Amino acid sequence: MNEREHLFTRIREALTVKTPAHHGDSLPTSAEHRCVLPTVGTTMDEQLALFAQNAADLKATFILVNHEDDLARALQVLADKEQWQRVATHQGGLANKLAGLLGLPLLMVDGGYDKSALALCDAGISECDALVAQTGSVVVTSMTAGGRALSCLPPHHVVITRRSQLVPDLTSAFSLIREKHAAHYPSMISFITGPSRTGDIERILVLGAHGPKQLTIFCIQD
Amino acid sequence: MNTPASQFNADARRVSADLRHRGIIRTAMNNYEVVRDRRKAGFQDWQGARDLAARTKCETISHLDTHLEQFARLLEARGTVVHWAANAQHARDIILGIVRGKNARVIVKSKTMTSEEIHLNEALENAGCEVVESDLGEFIVQLREEPPYHLVFPAMHLTRAEIQQTFQRKSHDAPSDNPEDLTMVARRVLREKYLQADVGITGANFAIAETGMISITENEGNARLTAALPQTMITLIGIEKVLPRLEDLALFLPMLAVMGTGQPLACYNTLYGGPRQPGEADGPEEFHVVMLDNRRTTLLADAEQRDALGCIRCGACLNVCPIFCNVGGHTYGTVYGGPIGSVITPHLRGLHEWKHLGYASSLCGACSETCPVRIDLHHHLLQNRRNASYAKPIRWQKLAFQLFALVANRPRLWSLTTRLARLGQKFHGLIKGRALDPAQAWTRTREIQPIARQSFHEWWKERGK
Repeated sequence: MNEREHLFTRIREALTVKTPAHHGDSLPTSAEHRCVLPTVGTTMDEQLALFAQNAADLKATFILVNHEDDLARALQVLADKEQWQRVATHQGGLANKLAGLLGLPLLMVDGGYDKSALALCDAGISECDALVAQTGSVVVTSMTAGGRALSCLPPHHVVITRRSQLVPDLTSAFSLIREKHAAHYPSMISFITGPSRTGDIERILVLGAHGPKQLTIFCIQD
Repeated sequence: MNTPASQFNADARRVSADLRHRGIIRTAMNNYEVVRDRRKAGFQDWQGARDLAARTKCETISHLDTHLEQFARLLEARGTVVHWAANAQHARDIILGIVRGKNARVIVKSKTMTSEEIHLNEALENAGCEVVESDLGEFIVQLREEPPYHLVFPAMHLTRAEIQQTFQRKSHDAPSDNPEDLTMVARRVLREKYLQADVGITGANFAIAETGMISITENEGNARLTAALPQTMITLIGIEKVLPRLEDLALFLPMLAVMGTGQPLACYNTLYGGPRQPGEADGPEEFHVVMLDNRRTTLLADAEQRDALGCIRCGACLNVCPIFCNVGGHTYGTVYGGPIGSVITPHLRGLHEWKHLGYASSLCGACSETCPVRIDLHHHLLQNRRNASYAKPIRWQKLAFQLFALVANRPRLWSLTTRLARLGQKFHGLIKGRALDPAQAWTRTREIQPIARQSFHEWWKERGK
């Protein structure tokens, strides 16, 4: 027998003695989860307002724009204000198009890139799979948001998203992930909830521990 | 002789008299309680959420073999190598084997208590590797060559000034003691390490059976980078961390954050299901998952305390424990401190040597009351006391109880004893708490209630006259 078999034998032997299930032992349904978790409102507008409120609490910047052109202008304003020298992005359709309009040196991460070059970029511009109203999270994956490091290594993470990508809660976010990717899951799925932070020194909040110091979410109202 | 018990007693006495230490911990905990309670109130039904979490963990642990089997099969299907380790030595050998195979020089680690459990850093350093902890708190205690103080806040016992001194001593430029500046020092130092590292080692908070993924919860982004940049990724995880379905995270991720740090959700909750897949921009070429038993199956075999395997390491029971807050995290001498550590350590490292942890409790039950997965912690502490005395009775204790039974079963003897004790108590004040006092261990810090001037029996007799 190899170690794996030994281990499973130990587990099965241990489990021959049953234990009383004081709180039940059936898996709860998503409906049961929704009855206990924080409320999210019923209409799309309420959920959008909740997302905006959560983003503000998390010290992320959430900017609603009416159209792609408005987004391009807002992105240009941000780039000028922060004096970006170079930015990184991925072939998502929208992200690379908008980043390209900035007229700055552009690092495309698709198909591999130089890590040190990415570390030198002022911003990583990515798309996302969903926004979660309940928690103010942005869901990114290694397939749809330019790999693992684009949303984490540069000091400013800019997310380009559409209003239709807003989902009410974590439960719906997980079903969305399952519907979209079950045939072949990305190797990484991350729920990003605000800019990187730490409280490890005297429990005082500091933003930008290792990941981005800033998180800006642009949302097109389509 | 220096046993874990004598070390615990000596350290507890020293630390609980250290007012400065108590001040630091009290400030940190007060703040935690306020934000935690605000977040709990955001739930529609927090107690209901605890019930659901306990139910989920109970189902999972009762079918651990099935869930683990599915988890490993799905991980392997997408190119991950899954290893099984019976004990700490075995797990270290597996990881050292991978590291040697890659000729790795620099290893970057994100926070993992399981690696503390198997003393991984020491083994890697002895093999000639440079090991860098990337979580800020872990980075600080690593520089100080200390173990983590707390499951969630490894450096909560240190002030900013002490951290600045630590950085300066290790020749990191730290011009001020401002927490933001100190954090940026670590950020700068670790950025370089991420780019150099050959291997990244992480722990995991959950293992999802349905999709064959691990889930890591963190705030700093250090685990994200550890899993993104090095060419080889190794995850060390206890076999009990499995959850059946993706949607179980919709419950567990917020509960972990609320109880751990008082956040609605931690900053990064990330699932990893394999090495870099075709069409992806980056990620490790190799992904190894090491599943660790290390006597978890011993705890599993104890049907009474099996629920302790459901622990999500949020640290909430430490934060509310009057013993932890007074004796501090290092006093336990264990990887897992506080009530949960006192429950599981005797199972993981031997009941006889660690039975004293069963007494590191006032049995107030605050731990069981707060536990998000409803582990019956303070009763498990009592069960550990009972099991220890069954396994190896202490002769004088047994004798003392026999004597008590002898006296208590004979009304005349009992009444004589209480009368003598009343007399004795008058003189006890002279030696109370001193070396001459036979009950010194108890009376040094506690008052013995005066015996009533009249027993019920005496009063009843008198009343009848």
